[in-house]
Amino acid sequence: MSGTGNGVEHLLSAYDANGYYDELFGIKAKPAAHTQGVRDRLRQLDFDDLRRRAADAERELYNLGITFLVYSDAKAVDRILPFDVIPRIISAKEWAHVDAGVQQRIAALNLFLHDVYHDQKILKDGIIPAELVLGNANYREQMRGIDLPFNTYIQIMGVDLVRDHDGTFRVLEDNARVPSGVSYVVENRHMMQRAFPDLMGDIGIRSVDNYGMKLLEAMCEIAPPQPDGGDGDPQVVLLSPGSYNSAYFEHIFLAREMGVPLVEGRDLVVENDKVYMKTTGGLRRVDSIYRRIGDDFLDPLAFNPDSMLGVPGIFEAYRKGNVALANAIGTGVADDKAVYAYVPRMIKYYLGEEAIIPNVETHICREPEALKYTLDNLDKLVVKPVGEAGGYGITIGPRASKAELDDCRAKLLADPANYISQPTIPLSVCPTLTEDGIEPRHVDLRPFAITARNTWVLPGGLTRVALKKGTLIVNSSQGGGSKDTWVLTGGPADEEETPSLVADPFQSQSQQ
Amino acid sequence: MAALLARYAECIFWLARYMERAENLARILDVNETFARDSYGATNWVTILRLNADEQRFFELYPTASAKNVLNFYILDQQNPTSIAAAIASARENARQLRPLISTEMWTQINMFHNRLQGLGPNDIAPQNLQRICAMIKESCQTHTGITEGTFFRDQGWYFYGLGRNLERADQTTRLLDIKYHTLLPSPRDIGTPVDISQWHSLLRSAAGYHAFRRVYPRGLTPAGVAGFLLFNDNFPRSVLVCTREVDNLLNRLNSKYRLRRGTVPMERSDELLGNLASNTIEAVISGGLHEYLDALQISFSKLTNDIAQVFFLADQPVPQPT
Repeated sequence: MSGTGNGVEHLLSAYDANGYYDELFGIKAKPAAHTQGVRDRLRQLDFDDLRRRAADAERELYNLGITFLVYSDAKAVDRILPFDVIPRIISAKEWAHVDAGVQQRIAALNLFLHDVYHDQKILKDGIIPAELVLGNANYREQMRGIDLPFNTYIQIMGVDLVRDHDGTFRVLEDNARVPSGVSYVVENRHMMQRAFPDLMGDIGIRSVDNYGMKLLEAMCEIAPPQPDGGDGDPQVVLLSPGSYNSAYFEHIFLAREMGVPLVEGRDLVVENDKVYMKTTGGLRRVDSIYRRIGDDFLDPLAFNPDSMLGVPGIFEAYRKGNVALANAIGTGVADDKAVYAYVPRMIKYYLGEEAIIPNVETHICREPEALKYTLDNLDKLVVKPVGEAGGYGITIGPRASKAELDDCRAKLLADPANYISQPTIPLSVCPTLTEDGIEPRHVDLRPFAITARNTWVLPGGLTRVALKKGTLIVNSSQGGGSKDTWVLTGGPADEEETPSLVADPFQSQSQQ
Repeated sequence: MAALLARYAECIFWLARYMERAENLARILDVNETFARDSYGATNWVTILRLNADEQRFFELYPTASAKNVLNFYILDQQNPTSIAAAIASARENARQLRPLISTEMWTQINMFHNRLQGLGPNDIAPQNLQRICAMIKESCQTHTGITEGTFFRDQGWYFYGLGRNLERADQTTRLLDIKYHTLLPSPRDIGTPVDISQWHSLLRSAAGYHAFRRVYPRGLTPAGVAGFLLFNDNFPRSVLVCTREVDNLLNRLNSKYRLRRGTVPMERSDELLGNLASNTIEAVISGGLHEYLDALQISFSKLTNDIAQVFFLADQPVPQPT
């Protein structure tokens, strides 16, 4: 059965991270001491058993319908996000750093948005080129002068982080519109708890269970005050484009976790600049909406007139302060890939601090020098269009063919302002279960933050893993998977008291 | 009291209906081997097509009403909206939209049931495997019912679930009777023959009512007795009377407990229907024409469904245009 050849021990001994920073082992100069406990337990596992449990876990995800829709050849197919059972582990110290960095970043971006939609000081002071912001497709002039609770525009944020060769966390991208993936963080944890209780016991892992509660709290905090001074809870809803949206599972998940209705545009109406949902008892007032619909589609009267997904008149209700929306309209101007390059300067400008988590070095191709540098080093750089999400339209210089580079060059010359370029980052790797055993695969990390009165960062976040050997693109739409992310508590495992049993319980009755 | 989104009410109502429909269809297909044999022993699958008024659509897709074709049409065929696969796909789509409302266990079971049906091939529904596959379908539907009973939160949604299930069940019982009416009348010479009696046995069995019937009428089985039992018995869970009473109760509770005052419209209709059923006799029905009576019942159920859709699902509510 489990001879030495079948043990995980044997596989981990032969494991080689190929010089990348390794999430489980660290690097020679900086070994990952905090993962010792998990490594010891992993080594005791039988490889066949590990495989079997991994297969069971994936089947369970499918049965549970934890799936996303993929559209290919005009057909919609239910897919699971492939799940890798070897966790990614973050020490308490590393996490304290990430947590502070994410809080700082979201604070600066919210200050930036408030400024941009009010006095525009940062533009007047020439810190960020005005045309980059005002000419941005995601800038919403309609938001000028509107005051929001706590001056918060981004309530829900996901920040994409990567680690380079020495393990330094860097921000790769901000997601300040409708960041997705948090449902997988929680579901992955549940999956690990069911499939690998032996791996987790006594390790001391911070819980991810209260995301829904924190989100609901924030949604209630930003809700307009009850008109009659009523003490009832605000009516919160989650607005989804519908069951054909690829992230529908996440919408379900969040609605369930918050315990609020998941509505579609057709379930809402606006009357007298107030938003109502259609219930069995008639129309009922809605106070606070977590919307998973882009600005463009939110209100055909204010934005894209062709949208069938939104709610006519909702912008006017919002403008008058009769309903809260999260995230606010117009946040896309803050997570734009071109604006991203200026975030460290933004942090300095608003907070007087250095960025706790640095950016990846970025060349803004709208600037002639950066364009020249990019064109001269095309084969060494990653070129990204600024308006796209999901890893689409990216050219990775070192891996691109001559034809692909030529194509990229032509696009850059035709519309330089649409592109940024960055050096290829040697993304950190994590041991991952593959066809050929346990091998290093590149990972990133998307922590999630919630902000209303205060900011809270979910301990952990989504670790996405590029399952294809050698590839750096971790997006689910490009064949990526995910891992459970364990933030260690640091101290000895929190000891929870086991409630003592009732002294002398009555036995259940049985048939005589 | 937490409000219920109108669309959720609609989805839960139809989730229950589709599950009930799939179970009933499996019951009918299961016993059809004996059920539809005429006095010459041939199996007549056309009767099943008549049951759902599916003849025209069927013959657009298949050349002959062979066992193989009809079974495919009713079990696997996604192009046929009345197939079991289509019913379960619709149930699943409703359940998917209802996931914030229903239990995870309800959803998981429906999802797995759906995936299992999707994986079936022609051999699985060959006549020699029919009994097994119908048993699987029935059992899966009943598992759903059990999970729902044990895990579904008993607020408004529960009432709409009950409305859907009982309306569909009542409707299916009238259809089941109606098919027998069709097989009887064309050849009156068969009435009262052993074949005829065995057919009425089968009919009771397909409604899981054979033993219950025997308890009520231990000494004999007459067609009128069976029809009366399926329509008017006070205790049989699939009788039209029991289902209608349940519908009426649920509508009353929605009105009183949840103060859904718009519900008076369907409530009035169900009160009237219940009064009619409670005071009627099978003799009176037969003398007036069983088929006509069943038709009238089906029309009432359909009107009741429309009433429910209008007042609770806000199907008639025009979307106000903001000025």
